[in-house]
Amino acid sequence: MKARLRLVALGTALLALAAACGGDEAVDTEEAAQATGPIDIWYSDNPEEITWGKQAVEAWNADHPDEEVTGEKIPAGETSEEVIGAAIAAGNTPCLVFNTAPAAVPQFEKQGGLVALDDFPGAAEYIEGRSGDVAEQYKSPDGNYYQMPWKANPVMIFYNKKVFEKAGLDSENPPLATYDEFLQTAQTVIDKGGVEAAIWPAPSSEFFQSWFDYYPLFIAATDGQTALVEDGQAQFTSAEGIAVAEDFWAPMYEQGLAKRETYNGDAFADEKSAMAIVGPWAIAVYGEAIEWGVAPVPTADGISPEQTYTFSDEKSIGMYSACENRGTAWGFLKFATSKANDGKLLELTGQMPLRPDLTSTYADYFKKNPEYEVFADQAERTVEVPVVPNSIEMWQEFRDAYSSSVIFGKESPDEALTTAGKTIESLISEE
Amino acid sequence: MAKAATAPTTSRRIKLLGKHPIGIPFVAPYVAFLIVVFAYPLGLALYMSFHDYFFAAPGAIVERPFIGVDNYTQVLGDPVFRTALFNVVKFVIINVPLTVALALVLATALNRAIPFRTFFRASYYVPYVTASVAVVGIWLWLFAGDGLVNTILGPLAPDPPWLVNEAWALPIIALLVTWKQLGFYVLLYLAALQNVPNELYEAAKVDGAGAVRSFFAVTVPGVRSATTLVVILATIVGANFFTEPYLLTGGGGPNNASISPVLMMYREGIEQGNAGYAAAIGVILAIGVMTISLLNRYVLERD
Repeated sequence: MKARLRLVALGTALLALAAACGGDEAVDTEEAAQATGPIDIWYSDNPEEITWGKQAVEAWNADHPDEEVTGEKIPAGETSEEVIGAAIAAGNTPCLVFNTAPAAVPQFEKQGGLVALDDFPGAAEYIEGRSGDVAEQYKSPDGNYYQMPWKANPVMIFYNKKVFEKAGLDSENPPLATYDEFLQTAQTVIDKGGVEAAIWPAPSSEFFQSWFDYYPLFIAATDGQTALVEDGQAQFTSAEGIAVAEDFWAPMYEQGLAKRETYNGDAFADEKSAMAIVGPWAIAVYGEAIEWGVAPVPTADGISPEQTYTFSDEKSIGMYSACENRGTAWGFLKFATSKANDGKLLELTGQMPLRPDLTSTYADYFKKNPEYEVFADQAERTVEVPVVPNSIEMWQEFRDAYSSSVIFGKESPDEALTTAGKTIESLISEE
Repeated sequence: MAKAATAPTTSRRIKLLGKHPIGIPFVAPYVAFLIVVFAYPLGLALYMSFHDYFFAAPGAIVERPFIGVDNYTQVLGDPVFRTALFNVVKFVIINVPLTVALALVLATALNRAIPFRTFFRASYYVPYVTASVAVVGIWLWLFAGDGLVNTILGPLAPDPPWLVNEAWALPIIALLVTWKQLGFYVLLYLAALQNVPNELYEAAKVDGAGAVRSFFAVTVPGVRSATTLVVILATIVGANFFTEPYLLTGGGGPNNASISPVLMMYREGIEQGNAGYAAAIGVILAIGVMTISLLNRYVLERD
């Protein structure tokens, strides 16, 4: 019996040892940075981006037979961040992912999953040369670029012109500039427009949902001067930040102008809501079915569209540490973000490459597609999510406080956000 | 002399390998399976729960220091975890008695010669084998603000609607799980009912017992071992509920009213990269479920 117990004890000790150890050899970074050869890439799974990805891969492969790129859409998962995070732990990430959320970059970086692009000569100059001053927002706290800022979907208010007309509102210039105007308009479309909700952002508790309700208005309220946190301090506890919650979104839910229930589908497409907060992708999605108009997100006192900032809803390109042929990966990354390929991206997806002066750079495109011009102009004034440690945890903390106070009215937004601000400041100060 | 030296060696071998070492190769595949699928992950979870652990790229040089019981103290001090634990208690209180009662009554009915018996037996089993995502889709439609249930209830419908109502979100989830799992438990009871001798029912009838009296005096005690199994399995399944709050109530909403410990583990471990914290939740949950199961067994099996 004692011998068996000893066997069990030995087995347990071995298991704990095995659990503590494990892991493969890391890629030699210096060698890999020079290495060329075949690589794999993932791109987003929407049809437009798949088309863009395929043509970019084909064009590259035609000129680089020894450095073949194999592209495929990102494997299915609840979110791309989960799929990439799991692939990092498993050590089977592709070289490049053209769908890397900036909010997830600090976590991927901490996991040792990302390659600092500054390892490549001239990388910082290339990134800043392509995107201008806005590139600064994508730098990690250590001063390196672990992501290549790629394309933005600056969010604005989309509205259904027919619903507005039915409600007796001016469908060309609807009163949506100030909080008061917006709330009044929202009430009118519910009373007379035949819709269930004025606007129906997802009221669920996922960490990223605040990017499509609170955050764009917060950015507009602060004239694009700050992200959610800055220099280790929560910025949303400022008077402007609290006002977005207290004077705009809380009354929207209290008065039933926005719904507390998740819509099972697309409320704007099904004409259950009169407005939606969306990026330029919406033109292709709703364009045929709905007669739409677009307006900037509202602010307390109303500022001109030319001065209104919003959330960029940007996606970056990440180079992942499992990549062995990083020389080829860097070459393809530059090829995919060249002026010509950015033009193709615009043409095939309607999404905005992160370049300044889009309208003059791609003047022909905007002449043919004038409806995209307003988004191109808005793309000049965007703010990103902050690149800070524990970024996703921070957004979840914020969402929980917002959800409890603003959506469900369980506590005052001021108190809830102030408490969340303190927790968040402690979270982002952790390494 | 040689004999004297051999005897202790043989005795040691018997102690170590048992009397029939030939059995070892036969059980080895299953032991290997247990080690790989259960023991190693359990060992890793325990290790993670005592470290500031996160999943890293293979070969990445990262620090995951030993932090003692910090994860456990943080988890136990987390109000969201306490809400999640309380939700499990509420869930089990609704789900387990309902499961036992409905499964036993339905199994008893289906054990009799009723018309369309095979059809009914299959019907109760269909939800169990249907993908949770599809089932949740139907329940979303049923319990939405403008869904079928509210349309039928009219002015009696709760406000706010079921799935965003803090009082109703969790009971709806418990009902969904009860309904979905019922077919499996009916099957267990049907199997157990085959072992209840007919003579007992006949004797009860001779003694003047009606259908209800027979049910309580013969059927219920006759399937007691199955009831123990159903209670333990329903408790384990209940304590691990995840898909339903994840999909039906938008991630444990409203305002964490339907959050579960497993959903918290997913959020913390997968979404937010706090694998050590998530592992501590898992260990606490496993200990809790084992304790409740042992208590169930003790209470239900004592004479």
